[in-house]
Amino acid sequence: MSVLVYIETQEGEIKKSSLEVASYGRAIANANKSALIAVCFGLQDTSLLGQYGVDKVYVIPTPEDAYFNADRHSSTLVQVATSESVDLLIVSGSANGRYLGPLAAAKFEATYFSNVIGLPLSYTPLMVKRSCFTNKAFNHCISNKDKVVISLSSNSYGVHENTSEITSTTSDYLASVSTLEVTSVEKSTDKVSIADADIVVSGGRGLKGPENWHLIEDLATVLGAATACSKPVSDMGWRPHSEHVGQTGKPVASNLYIAIGVSGAIQHLAGINSSKVKVVINTDPEAPFFKAADYGIIGDAFEVVPELTSKLKALKES
Amino acid sequence: MKILVCISNVPDTTSKINFIDENRAFDTQGVTFVINPNDEFGLTRAIWLQQKEGATVTVATVGDASCEAILRKCLAIGADNAVRIDTEAKDGYYVAAQLAAHAEKEAYDLVITGRESIDYNGGMVGGLLATFLKMPYLANCISLEKEGETVHLQREIDGGKEILKGVLPLVIGAQKGLVEEKDLIIPNMRGIMQARQKPLTVVAPVESNPSSSTDTFQKPPAKGPVKLVDANNIDQLIDLLQNEANAL
Repeated sequence: MSVLVYIETQEGEIKKSSLEVASYGRAIANANKSALIAVCFGLQDTSLLGQYGVDKVYVIPTPEDAYFNADRHSSTLVQVATSESVDLLIVSGSANGRYLGPLAAAKFEATYFSNVIGLPLSYTPLMVKRSCFTNKAFNHCISNKDKVVISLSSNSYGVHENTSEITSTTSDYLASVSTLEVTSVEKSTDKVSIADADIVVSGGRGLKGPENWHLIEDLATVLGAATACSKPVSDMGWRPHSEHVGQTGKPVASNLYIAIGVSGAIQHLAGINSSKVKVVINTDPEAPFFKAADYGIIGDAFEVVPELTSKLKALKES
Repeated sequence: MKILVCISNVPDTTSKINFIDENRAFDTQGVTFVINPNDEFGLTRAIWLQQKEGATVTVATVGDASCEAILRKCLAIGADNAVRIDTEAKDGYYVAAQLAAHAEKEAYDLVITGRESIDYNGGMVGGLLATFLKMPYLANCISLEKEGETVHLQREIDGGKEILKGVLPLVIGAQKGLVEEKDLIIPNMRGIMQARQKPLTVVAPVESNPSSSTDTFQKPPAKGPVKLVDANNIDQLIDLLQNEANAL
């Protein structure tokens, strides 16, 4: 089984989720005694990929200010995969990875598995474990085709170093047949995104109004965390809906999730279920979140959170 | 302008998830089925285009007769006609192949799918369908505005949004943001009465093989009880997070 991973970059740096994909690909390549091939677009220095087990990297030359183009990227990936007789193509669970995955699968005539957790359970046929019902369940899925595209659930496998002798080569950047054209990208200030954050601090209706969000933001700043909110909070317009986490909002798979004044509706809990450690701070001891959390404080956010923030700040500064 | 909105019949977001047949099938007992929320955001956007541009809106689903209740609801919301492709939704690939076979005959200008269904979370039907139809695809679509021949679009990305322009035909993956929760249309009595008269066509499936199958389902292991920390002992919480959970 020949393995190819798609490496994403952000401002010239390889994304952590892509190092996770490389680590994951290396383990699969080892299990099948095959090489690990990577494809990246417009990356200058690829030496870091060697530390995570990539044997051969294709650096696709892209115009300097080119935006992500799902059509061109997927066609180019499939071209390399075909020329290298790849059976398994792996992308991350990032927004771009999940966009490109099905397009690549269709062009590659492969099975597509999203939300994959852990290494394949078998290789012939390929069987994976993936999350479904928005993290309320898992399923073991079997591919009926020899070729497979996997989107690895972010933060589910981890980043593991594994040094390889890396060689670099190149391939053509295929033309786009899509009529869609990106004209600009708007980043939401310089904050950490929910998808990339190790820690997420989330606020609910218990905060009583948008004017109190400095409690959430101050704690997030001290922790280098992303900020999030519950569905009612975004529906009432207290916070932008890009911060809404839950079943119809964003999924969260952070290491630490701190929920403040969030009661824990089943849809919210589903969306944050893959976070590793969950903390709840709520005045209501009956809040369903206490059943889902690892650690909890029954108390008033307006008293607990400022104290927590100042103590963490002192800790970080010491 | 002809719009197709692809609809998935999914368990209500508050449903308890259980499995039967030795964990090989989802237990539908006592479960209420609804329009997949992401599809409903897309349907609402389509109805706005119907009202503004005179577009015709077709809804389609792949499933057995039990899916007709949600198709009638789509008609009551304002869709002009409905199509049910009469076969089990075996996997995302199979569903996309069935929808493509229908869409190829109808020459839709805009095809809307949800970004993912909230049951299997495959997140693939839009991308596969677009590729089968040789149409461009935009995932995670949070804005679509038509201005003459140009379509202005936005895609939610990690930590921001992407601004795009394009032309029809197009396939999009709808999600919250394309319209807001408060914009969702609750069918009124007139809509419900009219829906009964609107065409709901049942068509036979085309020959296609699913690309995957589910072996078994599992539920997450039961979680231990929460460790409560006194509100006056924040230091203990920090200590636990630092030294027990290794989360700081």
